[in-house]
Amino acid sequence: MDATQSSGADMVTTTLMLDLELAREVASQVVDPEIPVLTIADLGILREVRADAHRVVAIITPTYSGCPAMLQIETDLRSALGAAGFDDVEIAIIHDPPWSTDRITPEGREKLAGFGIAPPGGEIVCPRCRSGSPRVVSRFGSTACKALMACVSCGEPFDHFKEF
Amino acid sequence: MSEPVISSAPQGAPPSDVSDPVLSLVAHADDNLILAERLGEWISRAPELEEDIALGNIALDHLGVARALYTHAGQLEGKGRGEDDFAMRRPEREFLNVLLVEQPNGDFAHTMVRGLFFDAYQVELWADLSGSGDATLSGIAGRALKEARYHLLHTSSWVIRLGDGTDESHRRAQRAVDVMWRYTAEMFEGAASGYRDIWEKVIGDVLDEARLQIPDDPYQRSGGRRGFHSEHLGPLLAEMQWMQRSHPGLTW
Repeated sequence: MDATQSSGADMVTTTLMLDLELAREVASQVVDPEIPVLTIADLGILREVRADAHRVVAIITPTYSGCPAMLQIETDLRSALGAAGFDDVEIAIIHDPPWSTDRITPEGREKLAGFGIAPPGGEIVCPRCRSGSPRVVSRFGSTACKALMACVSCGEPFDHFKEF
Repeated sequence: MSEPVISSAPQGAPPSDVSDPVLSLVAHADDNLILAERLGEWISRAPELEEDIALGNIALDHLGVARALYTHAGQLEGKGRGEDDFAMRRPEREFLNVLLVEQPNGDFAHTMVRGLFFDAYQVELWADLSGSGDATLSGIAGRALKEARYHLLHTSSWVIRLGDGTDESHRRAQRAVDVMWRYTAEMFEGAASGYRDIWEKVIGDVLDEARLQIPDDPYQRSGGRRGFHSEHLGPLLAEMQWMQRSHPGLTW
């Protein structure tokens, strides 16, 4: 292999890598329409972003079966990638393995707590006064992912992201 | 429990073949879609705001499962049918849901008892199918299993509150059990027969705690899995499908 060919191959590889990195960065910044402090990467919805010379493929996994945000997330992914110059975008949905709240990143859990939503897993504490053992007001809340709690100490009602 | 008497299917019934992987997916999807429609009828009419939200949430879960299963069925079938083709463009005779889910909401006790019987069945179904060799089906089932357990928690606690509540709530809950019981054996036909023992145990425990009795009458209805439905499915489909029927191919 002579120097010219080697250099050409490197250049092609570098171009593809750059595109893929950009696509991943853009896709991972798309936010959940119902909890806009969280990105789909924080939530573990975005599984993978692939790219070849022509097309970006973003692979996402649905959360709760009843979550109506999935269509919005697909639309937002397309428009974010389109705005970044990726015209040929495929959104692939995979069900296996199923999503679970274990896929929410530690950073995502911190953001949830900061937003006033008690994160899944571990002890449920009031986001306002940090007291434990809240009262369950309703097992079903304002969105498919949340239950409604009330703090027995300070009286504050708050959302809990259901362990799933 | 006495041996169920299964009513004979109408003359000329097509052979039941839910062992076919596509039809099996469609049958389960139909169960979820039809129950989602029924639960949606409660929106703005539930006994309290939290219950309105709960029924809406549960309906959305069922709808989401139905959509995923229809999409997968269409891909397996390979004839280009998508979720809307299955939901909106099939006549009543091609719906394969069990009769239980199409039964009218009745009063709140009827809806909770119907949900209890169905949720306990679906917990067993999804636990089984989450081990399917079909990776997409196993993923859909794995997620639906957690949701079905959550739905069961809700319906069983309501049935216990109603059955073990006031004289009036007990009377209504017992009436609901008497009405819905005849639609339960159908869920365990064919491949689902293995779920029956655990289901009977789960239901028996809830009904005991609720002070409710399984009716003595052994009569059981059947036919939904072969496309023979009660008089209640047609009006539901008419309402659900009228837009596609009036304006074929309409999209948002």
